[in-house]
Amino acid sequence: MDQQKVDRARQLARMIAEDVQSFADGYTTVAVERTICRLLGIDGVDENEVPLPNVVVEALRGAGVLGQGVMFYIGNAMVATGKTPQQIAEAGADGSLDLTKVPVAAQKSADAALQPVIMGSIERIRQRRNRREQYLKTLGEGPKPYLYIIVATGNIYEDVVQAEAGARQGADVIAVIRTTGQSLLDYVPYGATTEGFGGTYATQENFRIMRAALDKVGEEVGRYIRLCNYCSGLCMPEIAIMGAFEGLDVMLNDALYGILFRDINMQRTLVDQYFSRVINGFAGVIINTGEDNYLTTADAVEAAHTVLASDIINEQLALLAGLPEEQMGLGHAFEMDPMLTNGFLYELAQAQMTREIFPKATLKYMPPTKFMTGNIFRGHIQDALFNIIGIWTHQGIQLLGMPTEAIHTPFMSDRYLSIENARYIFNNMKDIGEEVEFKEGGIIRQRAALVLDNAVALLEELVKEGLFNALEKGKFGDVKRPKNGGKGLDGVVAKGAQYSNPFIDLMKGRR
Amino acid sequence: MSGGLYSMDAKDFDKTLDLTKVKPYGDTMNDGKVQLSFTLPVPCGPEAVEAAKLLLKEMGFNNPLVVFYQELTPGYTFFNCYGSTIHTVDFTSIYVPKVESTVMEMKETDEYIRQNIGRKLIVVGASTGTDAHTVGIDAIMNMKGYAGHYGIERYDMFEAYNLGSQVPNEEFIAKGVELHADALLVSQTVTQKDVHIKNMTELIELLEAEGLRDKLIVVCGGPRISHELAKELGFDAGFGAGTYADDVASFVAQEFVKRMNTKK
Repeated sequence: MDQQKVDRARQLARMIAEDVQSFADGYTTVAVERTICRLLGIDGVDENEVPLPNVVVEALRGAGVLGQGVMFYIGNAMVATGKTPQQIAEAGADGSLDLTKVPVAAQKSADAALQPVIMGSIERIRQRRNRREQYLKTLGEGPKPYLYIIVATGNIYEDVVQAEAGARQGADVIAVIRTTGQSLLDYVPYGATTEGFGGTYATQENFRIMRAALDKVGEEVGRYIRLCNYCSGLCMPEIAIMGAFEGLDVMLNDALYGILFRDINMQRTLVDQYFSRVINGFAGVIINTGEDNYLTTADAVEAAHTVLASDIINEQLALLAGLPEEQMGLGHAFEMDPMLTNGFLYELAQAQMTREIFPKATLKYMPPTKFMTGNIFRGHIQDALFNIIGIWTHQGIQLLGMPTEAIHTPFMSDRYLSIENARYIFNNMKDIGEEVEFKEGGIIRQRAALVLDNAVALLEELVKEGLFNALEKGKFGDVKRPKNGGKGLDGVVAKGAQYSNPFIDLMKGRR
Repeated sequence: MSGGLYSMDAKDFDKTLDLTKVKPYGDTMNDGKVQLSFTLPVPCGPEAVEAAKLLLKEMGFNNPLVVFYQELTPGYTFFNCYGSTIHTVDFTSIYVPKVESTVMEMKETDEYIRQNIGRKLIVVGASTGTDAHTVGIDAIMNMKGYAGHYGIERYDMFEAYNLGSQVPNEEFIAKGVELHADALLVSQTVTQKDVHIKNMTELIELLEAEGLRDKLIVVCGGPRISHELAKELGFDAGFGAGTYADDVASFVAQEFVKRMNTKK
């Protein structure tokens, strides 16, 4: 790769990311404030099943004072009443306390009341992180690429059965797919759940149940099993904090994905994303980004450079949130039409290019989906070619393709066949990346150079326009989204004079 | 596992094709051979293999053969099997409702609309209900289309509006009315627990309640949708796997002309 061009791409992406960040710094959102509630120990639901963080935040938003932040009001209430944040939230829910009517406390006394609660949460996350690190030391982990499989029964207890089976067969990462539509809920459901469509609700209790099951099966198979969920949609930072409390290891965490594919308002989700990435960074969680999805709507050959450009922007946004490179599961995919002559060479070129541009990242490599047809026999071969590139180019997380993609959520046997496919190839071709070099001036090198050139050109354009305008024009995934359109804009408020979120500095200052 | 490469089974059955009694074809007419794979929630071992064979017999297979089995996790065993089915079907008495239109290419359809309708047809499409997948509606509507078949946005004689995913039925109808739609296209990808059936039924009921059903051409599509199912639910047509924008555009244009003519 031409290192000068790579450097130029990063420099441009940095400018784009800083532009977004300077916007995000001026605002907070209902989701960010609910996350702070959770960090202050507020949990549970009221008599109408509304989560208490929502009760607190909605009361402040209703009064038009959310811009001052929950920190300010909870601090005042702690000084005035001597109650814990949880008791204060409960009093708000039963109507016995109006947060906005509590007298303003002296800054010093509010800080003194809040400080132990803040440090308690920070310590709780740190302990969770240490627990993972301890497991990795004692149990160890599978070699990279990690084998990533999904479970999606809708019932967390059934998910556990499937996840245990997957782990025993060799999976390293278990992702619990969320129920259809959860990304558009502006609250996180409470408790264990057994009903979902095409997936299972992400709730803190479901996280706890699955983490406990994976710890158990991990001890049985002698390998730490990572748990993945989806920190995207309207509750991005809230899911992040629940994952941090319950020991999740991997989180889908990509505002661009939500904007393009879930029609979430861009201002809302970029503000949410910043805090969620700060949390994920501190909790040692690997984030996954969703660039692979661009190729499900746009053409995988023509749009390859949009994936690379977006990966570089996502890298820079993550760095600004204090998330280390090793925790970046930048996304890309094997999505070209299988009938394309030399398609495998182009795929190989792009995967190798991505590896070289992000040498430390735990790259997330997505299997074919768009051209999976229901012909399960050819599908199994498409997945095999994808696996060959995974081991060849040292991908970080290999999302296993299923022969029955596009038919149903995987059967237990589909997962077995997919894991068998990957393990066979990963072992049989283990060191191919060290043995084979790419011909100077050949198809593979030329392809990589072309994609990089196009990505630099796109980034130049994006710097001129800014990311928001580019999204309005449909530069990614051929999808156009207006700056003031989409879901969740009404949950964005400008920060007021009293606003504070001490968790950001505490979490970013950890190193 | 198996007895060798070459089957020594006596083939003493009638080997002539009879379309009133059709059987699967392995390598000999009427051998009835079927290949299956499934998982039983039982521990792996000889009893599991016997269970699989008994199940195959229950399913109507002679000479059940388990060629491969594997424990997936304690208590679950996976099988690959073969058997000869005893069942037959009468191919001559089969009737399958099909979309009754001639499939034309983009230019032909544009020309057809120009000559027979003389104005652009307005179509509004969405992935409705809780379905978050845009892949189906995009394949049919987006400029680029899918697998070399251009989407409806590229047609000169269609004005196409793709509302994207997770559009509630009420909103979908309201938008259709606002845009003076001639046709509504509904895409459904998620089919767990028959959520698509409920959602599509609701759409038709809402259209009927508002007296709009007959004024619009309403079609649906998705990997698990057949024309038969679509008709049953009250749609004008359904487009399943292996159909493209060409099929949908041809149908909408021809159906529109058919309705114009019956109104005269």
